[in-house]
Amino acid sequence: MDKVVPSADAAVADIASGSTIMLGGFGLCGIPENLIAALVKRRITGLHTISNNMGVDGFGMGLMLEAGMIASHIGSYVGENRRLEQLVLKGELDLTLIPQGTLAERIRAGGAGIPAFYVPTGLGTVVAEGKETRQIGERMYVLEQALHADVALIKAWKGDRLGNLVYRKTARNFNPVMATAAKLTIVEVEELVEPGELDPDHIVTPGIYVKRVVVGEMYRKPIESEFIRAQMGGAA
Amino acid sequence: MNGKERIARRIAREFKDGFYVNLGIGLPTMIAGYLPPGIDVVFQSENGMLGVGAPPTEGQADPDLVNAGKQPVTELPGCSYFASEESFAMIRGGHMDMSVLGAMQVDEQGNLANWTIPGKMVKGMGGAMDLVAGARRVIVAMEHQTKDGASRILKACSLPLTGTRVVHDIVTELGWIRVTPDGLVLTEVAEGIDAAEVQARTEAKLMVSPDLRVMTAS
Repeated sequence: MDKVVPSADAAVADIASGSTIMLGGFGLCGIPENLIAALVKRRITGLHTISNNMGVDGFGMGLMLEAGMIASHIGSYVGENRRLEQLVLKGELDLTLIPQGTLAERIRAGGAGIPAFYVPTGLGTVVAEGKETRQIGERMYVLEQALHADVALIKAWKGDRLGNLVYRKTARNFNPVMATAAKLTIVEVEELVEPGELDPDHIVTPGIYVKRVVVGEMYRKPIESEFIRAQMGGAA
Repeated sequence: MNGKERIARRIAREFKDGFYVNLGIGLPTMIAGYLPPGIDVVFQSENGMLGVGAPPTEGQADPDLVNAGKQPVTELPGCSYFASEESFAMIRGGHMDMSVLGAMQVDEQGNLANWTIPGKMVKGMGGAMDLVAGARRVIVAMEHQTKDGASRILKACSLPLTGTRVVHDIVTELGWIRVTPDGLVLTEVAEGIDAAEVQARTEAKLMVSPDLRVMTAS
């Protein structure tokens, strides 16, 4: 078994317009930057994206937005992307904002065969509008549905050709859970190792969830707070 | 000492040894710098870390190591990393002793609004709704009024809510306000002002605690 593909371009070559795509990362930390760059080259459109954030103007998913590829987005925080804010206020992009923990758990449920679950989060807010609520014990809860995707694009630190993955520091974030919730999970790794080299006790994502592995060609890894400061000409 | 520093220093005194605490972006993050001696607190960052340390020195930032504000941080000995769904399981599951957040509005019932201004600002709630639903104690840390001098502590929030009846305490540069089933109770005032002045700068009705004290910062 060998899940390694030769390039990021090859890894995303068959993703269709209109697909639902999960993208790992928190802000610009732990995003699949090489897979995003390859996807932007393909210029497919009408994508439904699920990701905690939306990159920033000029990097990460911000590039997909600028290329007009995204029709709808589910996330928890998009405050660092002014272009997105403009598109949403003009009604040109369908944005659904949901609590970050609910987003993570909806994805977990999707990968774990749980169709829906109750949480206390968002009760009495717009997040609960139109959703079933129920009292369990002393407290009221909101019913939240699982999320699935056609494709998950994720980023790991090291992986082997079987798709076993480990992550580095806070670049882990949404990557492992998204790996479980898509029909086609594609991972980019900084370092490809031989099966057996990763300590089996330390593997975070077992290879069963992963279909394709690609070594990222180049990592820019900008730090978001500094990237934005630089964009603003050193002000603020 | 400016108002924000006074708020941060006062809240730092509220931490008990052994607390696990999540600090929101902005003013709440400042609190970590004012921990009293002898008090060990573990800071959680909801992007997946316990044991968050101070910002790195110039040139030492690691892009794989950031806090929830996407700013570079460092590791403290004994820190741990985990994924987002586990991070929020510990938040939702009631394992955080305290959550300190900023706010745009808070009201007499302890309702909180801090994530959107319809038609004007699209940012998102991030982890705020999960934190206020799950933390054992929720403290709002904010400047008492808006830049235009409007009250942020209202009879009823007008902006979309982050949570209903979730706030336990409100701390501003003017004082400490407890949210009780009977309404808001002013328990501490900043040095040099009195309860009447705090009320004059607050839309919500404030009851004054019989034990009203001066809010000392350290």
